[in-house]
Amino acid sequence: MNQDILVKAIDVTKNYGHFRALDKVSLDVARGEVSCIIGPSGSGKSTLLRCINLLERMDGGAIWVNDELIGYRREGNNLHEFSDAEISRQRRRIGMVFQRFNLFPHKTAVENIIEGPVQVLGEPVKEARQRALALLERVGLADKANHYPSELSGGQQQRVAIARAMGMRPDLILFDEPTSALDPELVSEVLDVMKDLAASGMTMIVVTHELGFARNVANTVTFMETGKVVETGLASEVLSAPRSARTAEFIKAVHS
Amino acid sequence: MNVASLSSPRADSKYEIAHLKLVPKRHVGRMVTAAVVLVLLATLVRAFSVGQIEWSYVRDFLFAPAILDGLVNTLLMTVAAMGLGIVLGVLIAIMRISGNPVLSSIAIAYVWIFRGAPALLQLMLWFNLALIFPTMGIPGLFEVRTVDVMTPFVAAVLGLGISQGAYTSEVVRSGLLSVDSGQYEAARTIGMTQMMMLRRIVLPQAMRVMVPPVGNEVIGMVKLTSLASVIQYSEILHNAQIIYFANTRVLELLLVASFWYLAVVSVLSIGQHYIERYFGRGSKSIRSSM
Ligand SMILES: Nc1ncnc2c1ncn2[C@@H]1O[C@H](COP(=O)(O)OP(=O)(O)OP(=O)(O)O)[C@@H](O)[C@H]1O
Ligand SMILES: [Mg+2]
Repeated sequence: MNQDILVKAIDVTKNYGHFRALDKVSLDVARGEVSCIIGPSGSGKSTLLRCINLLERMDGGAIWVNDELIGYRREGNNLHEFSDAEISRQRRRIGMVFQRFNLFPHKTAVENIIEGPVQVLGEPVKEARQRALALLERVGLADKANHYPSELSGGQQQRVAIARAMGMRPDLILFDEPTSALDPELVSEVLDVMKDLAASGMTMIVVTHELGFARNVANTVTFMETGKVVETGLASEVLSAPRSARTAEFIKAVHS
Repeated sequence: MNVASLSSPRADSKYEIAHLKLVPKRHVGRMVTAAVVLVLLATLVRAFSVGQIEWSYVRDFLFAPAILDGLVNTLLMTVAAMGLGIVLGVLIAIMRISGNPVLSSIAIAYVWIFRGAPALLQLMLWFNLALIFPTMGIPGLFEVRTVDVMTPFVAAVLGLGISQGAYTSEVVRSGLLSVDSGQYEAARTIGMTQMMMLRRIVLPQAMRVMVPPVGNEVIGMVKLTSLASVIQYSEILHNAQIIYFANTRVLELLLVASFWYLAVVSVLSIGQHYIERYFGRGSKSIRSSM
């Protein structure tokens, strides 16, 4: 496998009953790259992200992250499903930021960030706390360390959620419409943090309707529809000169 | 509008408010009910004072060693039975939602059986276990006589705790269901295992929903322990009975016992308030505007 490829998905298929949410989706994401996934509602964007970090079980295909097959151990021609503990171990390397933040409401901002490092990675509390405070500083929330999520605005909560994902020192962070639940004036503060993160070399897969962000920050853009990849390529090419008529139509609709 | 028109005598006096007086609303209904309640209360007090109650007995036995011993045993039984009930309740609730068909069937059967028979009956079943199993143990390893093990205390803890577990598991389950699925997902994405997620993320949030009904159950258990008097466990009611069998002051001793039950329940209610406040941290408080 190519040394630079961090995430490789091949023919990923997912069914909900008789409904096919993902139909042979393939995707390559290079290390340090920002890959945006765009597409209409119901096209399977979230499902793809959730397959990558095993929140959903695939029905076909395979995903490798960091050259490791996700969810299975291969022995000869047999794939053995991972146990709960092994799945948890793989998930540690993959951060995720949700549309609805999903911060732990009974923990303060800094406690949200240290939860994973301390409980899962076994880091000493003092060290984890120092790192968490540095991360909060980086997302511009140094003064909110001891606030509960209910005391923060949506944009602030999402920035804490990004810091929480970074706290695990992942290889990769998945973003599922990170700004869709935000008031318009709060979108840019979150996008700025993501831009900063991209500049620092973090590999990111971002499902978004923010085409401006995709144009300015993403390396590659993938357009999905009805569970299939319609078009994928360099961000500038897909967004400015799409090959598929459907992609062009979608981009036009989002812009207007 | 100019100032002249405001101060002119011809200005509409309807808008002159400085001299108006606020007359409080007359709560006629409240006053009537209060009066009725006071009359009833006075009648009750009079009835008790002319009734054949020897208040000196109530006073003397309030702190009698046998009564205080009974109180301690009541508290012990409450803690033990409710402790068992909560442990079983959490276990059964987790089994129920585990997605493992064997475990969830066991959980459903447990709730069905132990919610289906009166607590008093279950307590007597445990106490009389020796009738069908004279000895218990692992054959060849150890064996004990059932009557030696099944003391009134053990029988009551098992009877009350196990049936309580069936009720508490439903409270715990509703607590677990009240936690947003996004919380489960967020916990998983930071690499938590199933147990860690339940312990660190889900249960603490479920607590907020669970504390009021569990508090209710603890208070219920304080009084349910009186059932253990039937199998000769020396809790407070049992000891009060022993005393009044001897001195025939039935009502006086029942009042003594009531006093202590009420005292314990009052303390627990206050405790519940603080526990609720602890588990409510981070959530916006809901205050009624009424
Ligand atoms: N748990 C589920 N059970 C059944 N169908 C599901 C489930 N989750 C998703 N789907 C279906 O799968 C399809 C893809 O869903 P998905 O959430 O991936 O879309 P999406 O591209 O993220 O859309 P959106 O932009 O609205 O978030 C949808 O048609 C959805 O109805
Ligand atoms: Mg989605």
